[in-house]
Amino acid sequence: MQIDVQTVNIEQKNQTFSHLKKRFGDKKIPSRYQEASYDLQAEENLHYRPTWAPEQELYDPNLSKIRMNDWYDLKDPRQFYYSTYTLNRAKQQETMESNFKTVESLNLIEGMPDPVLAVAQDLLIPLRHANYAANMNNTLVCGYGYGTVFTQPCVYHAMDNLGIAQYLSRLGLMIGDVESLEAAKQDWMDSDAWQPLRRSLEDLMCVRDPVEVFIKQNFVLDGLLYPLVYQRIVDQNLVEQGGSGISILTQFMTNWYLESKRWVDSVIKTMASESAENKAVLEEWIDSAANHFTSVLLPVAGLAVAGNQADELVSEAHDELLQRAKKAGLFK
Amino acid sequence: MDIKKTPKKLNVKEKYRLMTRDLAWEPSYRDEKEIYPYVDYEGIKVHDWSKWEDPFRLTMDAYWKYQAEKERKYYAIIDAHAQNNGHLNVTDARYLTAIKLFLQSISPGEYASHRGFARVGREFAGVGPQVACQMQSIDEIRHAQTQVHAMSNYNKFYNGFKDFANQRDRIWYTSVARSFFDDAMSAGPFEFLIAIGFSFEYVLTNLLFVPFMSGAAYNGDMATCTFGFSAQSDEARHMTLGLECIKFMLEQDPDNIPIVQKWIDKWFWRGCRLLTLVAAMMDYMLPKRVMSWREAWNIYGVENGNALFRDLARYGIKPPMHWDDVEKSIDHTSHQIMLGLYQWKFGTAFHSWTPTASDIEWLKEKYPTTFEKYYLPRWEYAIAQKENGGEYNNFGLPKLCQVCQLPTLFTEPDDPTQLCHRETDYEGEKYHFCSDGCQHVFEQEPEKYVQAWLPMTAMMQEPLKGDLAAWMEWVSLEPTAAGEYANSEDKANFEKWRKQVSTD
Repeated sequence: MQIDVQTVNIEQKNQTFSHLKKRFGDKKIPSRYQEASYDLQAEENLHYRPTWAPEQELYDPNLSKIRMNDWYDLKDPRQFYYSTYTLNRAKQQETMESNFKTVESLNLIEGMPDPVLAVAQDLLIPLRHANYAANMNNTLVCGYGYGTVFTQPCVYHAMDNLGIAQYLSRLGLMIGDVESLEAAKQDWMDSDAWQPLRRSLEDLMCVRDPVEVFIKQNFVLDGLLYPLVYQRIVDQNLVEQGGSGISILTQFMTNWYLESKRWVDSVIKTMASESAENKAVLEEWIDSAANHFTSVLLPVAGLAVAGNQADELVSEAHDELLQRAKKAGLFK
Repeated sequence: MDIKKTPKKLNVKEKYRLMTRDLAWEPSYRDEKEIYPYVDYEGIKVHDWSKWEDPFRLTMDAYWKYQAEKERKYYAIIDAHAQNNGHLNVTDARYLTAIKLFLQSISPGEYASHRGFARVGREFAGVGPQVACQMQSIDEIRHAQTQVHAMSNYNKFYNGFKDFANQRDRIWYTSVARSFFDDAMSAGPFEFLIAIGFSFEYVLTNLLFVPFMSGAAYNGDMATCTFGFSAQSDEARHMTLGLECIKFMLEQDPDNIPIVQKWIDKWFWRGCRLLTLVAAMMDYMLPKRVMSWREAWNIYGVENGNALFRDLARYGIKPPMHWDDVEKSIDHTSHQIMLGLYQWKFGTAFHSWTPTASDIEWLKEKYPTTFEKYYLPRWEYAIAQKENGGEYNNFGLPKLCQVCQLPTLFTEPDDPTQLCHRETDYEGEKYHFCSDGCQHVFEQEPEKYVQAWLPMTAMMQEPLKGDLAAWMEWVSLEPTAAGEYANSEDKANFEKWRKQVSTD
């Protein structure tokens, strides 16, 4: 039976689900982000311990050294749930698609000076392997972290990293066909400049504390790498040397970093303000990883700029990272 | 390297290989075992991860584009549904029982799959299955979220929806689905894929989704049938992943075959037990029926299952061990479950009812050999009690099966007049089962199943100690959400609002 129900005004029984009412009251209708994120993970009466590690719980907050009274405090300021996430990325990929078309139709790659292309090849294309490691690391955090508001953005972040690796691969195919990807992989495996980074990522892939992985990958490494490579080397150095075409094809990475660091910073700030113990753990991780990755990235920067300038750029990125940490309430 | 070379045209397969497979590398600073610590312990041997055939070739940009298109449509429809009081379009409020059960049991399962696929998407040592599993992980959180969003509007007007999060963890019947997904997640990565990717998504998904979504469509529930249709192309990808993973395991090493067979036996049985709730929904909870459980089983179980296992026979895989028992149970389970739910209706966050005269005619026609003979007399007894001002309740607590967590209310496969009950002694304790299938599952891994959280046992222990009122509070069960449909607020409101609509 099809009936006309549009005109009827009937009184609602419930504004919202009880778990959201408990958290946010029922004065306001909860957002779709809240409905999609809070308390979705099972909390109690987990049936069996993992056969792979019987000392753990199926969802286990103690896998991390970080302690939270409520892991659902770690909300994502972007309020990404699946729908808002995909809609955003779909829009960005449309832009990227037209960027690729523009670069192609204007023959921007062919017109680019050789030294610029060489930097793109030597510096950018091997990074697709680093993005693969970031994809794996974020998948781990999503799988083993605690509480949906913390773990959910990590699966998005993992897929974003895969997307970035694929954009870099397309760039490689454009500048040098399959041989570009082969040469980049050779560099990644063997060349001196990349070995410290590859080694560090293999090390990080052995870490099982989900928050430690989150901090070292998303805050420290990405927090050094993106400002260094995309903001400074690509968007400044290469553009000045006639490489605007490269900058157009890495626009996604630049915007993505600016967008996602809001989320990463907010997570760190909330964890740090929870307790002095958390703060100390975060400071220890960040301090050691920031120093370590700064030295790891130095030879990488050296692929694009001369030694002195590489020093300068890397230490600028390092300072910027520490500023972010301070803003999040650390090292004070 | 020759820069600025005219790119060759790459075919889709080669391009996808470069965009995914080629991203990974063989670690040399750390041992693979440190990076993938859980990939060996189940005994599955993989000699060459690159033999994995990508079941679908979606790069992220294409994924974002297609999925966003579907999301836009989906939310436009459920917004319109909410705005236009679409909930008043359902056939009648009995239908809501089906979607309450779905939200309390299945949506949390979608979420668990999301987390489980993230884990295996990290634990496999090959980039092909890693990426395929990660994509399924992100799809599964989509399904959990779209379902919550679709139900959110029903929650505004009806009882039984609002406490799904607490009830997922505490109320007795949700532990059927919870224990199923917890079981899969606590298994190793390969077993998880056989459990969810193969048995659930490939073998059984049509028995869950087709009835549910057509049921929604038949009964005027636009919101639910929209998420069903929107999820369909995701499900198609998940099914190909399920099939690919089993073929991959079987082709890698003959030693894998008996392990995989054991998992198929287990998860087929586990899945069929879980689906008895769907059987009850199809035969009893839909005011307008799509087809009987028996008819659905004949198409999606028997026909599809036979074709699949004929195909797998070339690897030496046999049909699941307890297939015959399932076949024998098909004409019985829906009646047994619904009678169970009805007699314990004071303890469920959904309503149940006795079948109407026309329901009875339909059930007789669809189950000519069983309904009238075994189950109609029990329903008639319940109806007579109501007519005499009484109520048909069973305040005794059901004994739950240690494995599937359903009450031990099923009958012997070959004698529908005998309740089936099995028990096993393990380390000085007695454990109870509803069937040979569940007992078999237990005996393969007793150290796992002794850990099961049994809601009835919990109710008798501290701090509840058998206090029914305290239990109801603990599971957030309000009396208005439970009990006989005929006396429910949901029914009264629905009818009042519908009347209001037709007189306006």
